[in-house]
This record gives sequence, structure tokens and C-alpha cells, in this order.
Amino acid sequence: MKGTSIFFYIFVMWLLIIAGGALVVLIISHISIQGFGNLSGVIDSVVKAGIALTLVALWILIMSKVKNWIFHQQIRH
Amino acid sequence: MLDKTIIGILISAIAFVTVYAITPSLIKVLTKRNMVVKDYNKEVATMVARPGGPSILAGILASELTLYAFFSSTGILAIIITTSLAFLVGFADDRKVLGGWFKPLALAASALPIILLGVYSPHLAFPLFGSVKIPELYLGLIVIIIPVMGNTVNSIDVLNGVASGFMTIASFALTVCLVIVHHYDTALASLPLGFVSLAFYKYHKIPSKIFPGDSGALTLGAMYGALSIIGHVEIVAAIALLPAVINSFLFLSSVKRIVEHRQIKVSPVVHTEDFKLMASTDKSAPVTLVRLILANGPLTEKQVGFVIFRLALFSAALAIITSFMMEIRL
Repeated sequence: MKGTSIFFYIFVMWLLIIAGGALVVLIISHISIQGFGNLSGVIDSVVKAGIALTLVALWILIMSKVKNWIFHQQIRH
Repeated sequence: MLDKTIIGILISAIAFVTVYAITPSLIKVLTKRNMVVKDYNKEVATMVARPGGPSILAGILASELTLYAFFSSTGILAIIITTSLAFLVGFADDRKVLGGWFKPLALAASALPIILLGVYSPHLAFPLFGSVKIPELYLGLIVIIIPVMGNTVNSIDVLNGVASGFMTIASFALTVCLVIVHHYDTALASLPLGFVSLAFYKYHKIPSKIFPGDSGALTLGAMYGALSIIGHVEIVAAIALLPAVINSFLFLSSVKRIVEHRQIKVSPVVHTEDFKLMASTDKSAPVTLVRLILANGPLTEKQVGFVIFRLALFSAALAIITSFMMEIRL
């Protein structure tokens, strides 16, 4: 079938989304920063945003590596 | 429930018939005003009317306003306003090419009605593991989702019929997912998107009589994004769009900057002597989904389109599986 490697790539992306979701829920949902008065909410959000962005960057990096691995022949072509 | 089924059938019919009936007149008007562009994938020089956004918006407005008449929901109002604003951004881009960053920013602004009308829940739901509450972060996510979804759909508008056919598959998958997660009202509001896309596909399929243009693609993408936020199915909606996401990802990771497709000097695809599509061998050409599909050898435009539709069906199936997984907690 044409584009078989792309189907595989989509499947890997899907698995990484599920795994990434697990990390987000397990890490972010347990974070609760207290003790900074009115700033607690803001600091809490900034830390969560930082972790989320790091996970997104990690996801992009992994997808990029997977892309190069799967499509090596095609890209070289 | 029966009432909702009847209303669902009614608004679906309104969405489909509006686009089906208006588009031929729009093609005539656009052609008369010389608002046509060259179809570069045809052996014989062919000019095609553009943009088809106005008929797509007409179908969405006619059906969603009808739905609003039955259920005066702020969610429907937010979908109508956000989609209309995205259409205006796209239409401005169709008439006068906007800068690389202006369009995403303007699209981000079109997400504001969702925030101002408060039709979101600041929980991001994930399959199997539950949801996470991110009140401030979610606001940022809303203004990112609309431009990302809009531009993602726009990026897949590469060949005759692909954007509308792809959106037909993704939209109906989204409706099924919304039903699975018991968001019936949003599922009802999502029906017009699928039927509008399907009706437009009639004129957009190969050989295209009209192109959606930025106004059409951004309208479809922004409405899809708004539905995903209001229906709390952001992750599932993104999964259904994965082939288009891959296209954007490959393009951005190869050009390494935010740039319009029209600004790329080296085409990722070239033509064979018999006018089939072939992957460019130029190393400086961007990597795109179509270029990867063609890596195994030349194909006709129609064949490439069907490969993309099969990828869309695969992603739609994954999205539906994911929405079932939303109901399971580990």
C-alpha cells in the first residue's frame, strides 16, 4: 500500500500522544504550589506551563528523530 | 432525544443544500470578476475560481443560526463568531497576501469570543489517565488551538479536493467522538461542518471548479478548533487531524521558520512528462506529506488525494478509539 510508512508514523504519533497525556496527568495534576500568597496561583501556572512546554518540546524532538528513522530512505531519495 | 435527531437532520440538510446551491453562483461571480488562479497540476492551462470561503461560511451560518434558534446556547454563538472572524482573516488574506505572522495573530484574536463567552472548561482531558485542571494555561491553549487548527487545515489544501475531502472525514469523526463522550449538544453543532465540507467537495474534487482559498480553509479549521474546545475533545480532535499535523510538522521542520507555502521557491513536487506528480530530488525543497507519499514513485493527483483520504480515515479511526479510551480510567 502506498504511504505505509506514513501510517506507521501516524500510529507512533498517536502512541506518543497517549504516553504524553499520561505524563501530563501524572506530573502536572499533582503539582500545587502554596505559600506565596496571591502569587501562588501565578507561580503554579508558570511551573505547569514550563513542564507542559518541556513535554511538547520533547515530543517534537522524538517525532523528529522517528521521522528521520522512518523516512530516511525517502528523504535521501 | 428525538427532537435533537430531527433538528440534527434539519441543520445538516440546511448546511449541505446551502453550499450545494450557492457554490455554482459563486463560481460564476468569481470567474466574471476574474478572481481565478492557475491550477498548476493540470497539463492544459486551467484557471479555477477562488475563494470558496463565502459559500462555506454561508452554509455554516445558515445551519448554526437555525440551531441557535432552537437552543439559544452561548456555545453555538461562540462557534458562529469565532468561525466568522476566522473567515474574515482568511478572506483578507485571499484578497491581499498578509504577512507570515499577521495571520496566526489575527486568528488567535478570533478565539477571544470563546474566552469572553466563557464556553470552555479549563480541564484538558486525556485518554485512560483522566484530566488535568490548568485554568490560566488553558486560556493560552485556546488562543493557540484556533490558529494552529486553521493553519493545519490550510496546509493540507494542496491538491484538488483534498482539504474539503479531508475535513469531511475529520469532521464526521469528530461528531462520532463527541457522541461517544456524551457531548450531544456539541455533536449536534458539529454536524454542519461535515455536511458543508461534503457539499463543497462536490465542486472542489478533481477537476476542481473552485478552490476554498484561505477563507475556506481557515473557516473550516477554526470551526473545527472551536468545536474541539467547546466539546472538551481537544486531544481527540488533534488525533483526527494527524495527517495534516504531520504535513505542517514536516514542512516546518524542513524550512525551520514560519513561512507561507507560496513563499517557498523550490517546489517539493515536480511533474513527469505524462504530468504525474513526482517527488522533487532537489535537496533544498521542503519535505511535505505529498512529497513523502510520492517517494515510492510518481502518482496521479487523484491517486495522491486518495492516499491522503486513507490516512485521514486511519486517523479518524484512531480518534474514535481514543474517545472510547476517554471513558476508561486506569
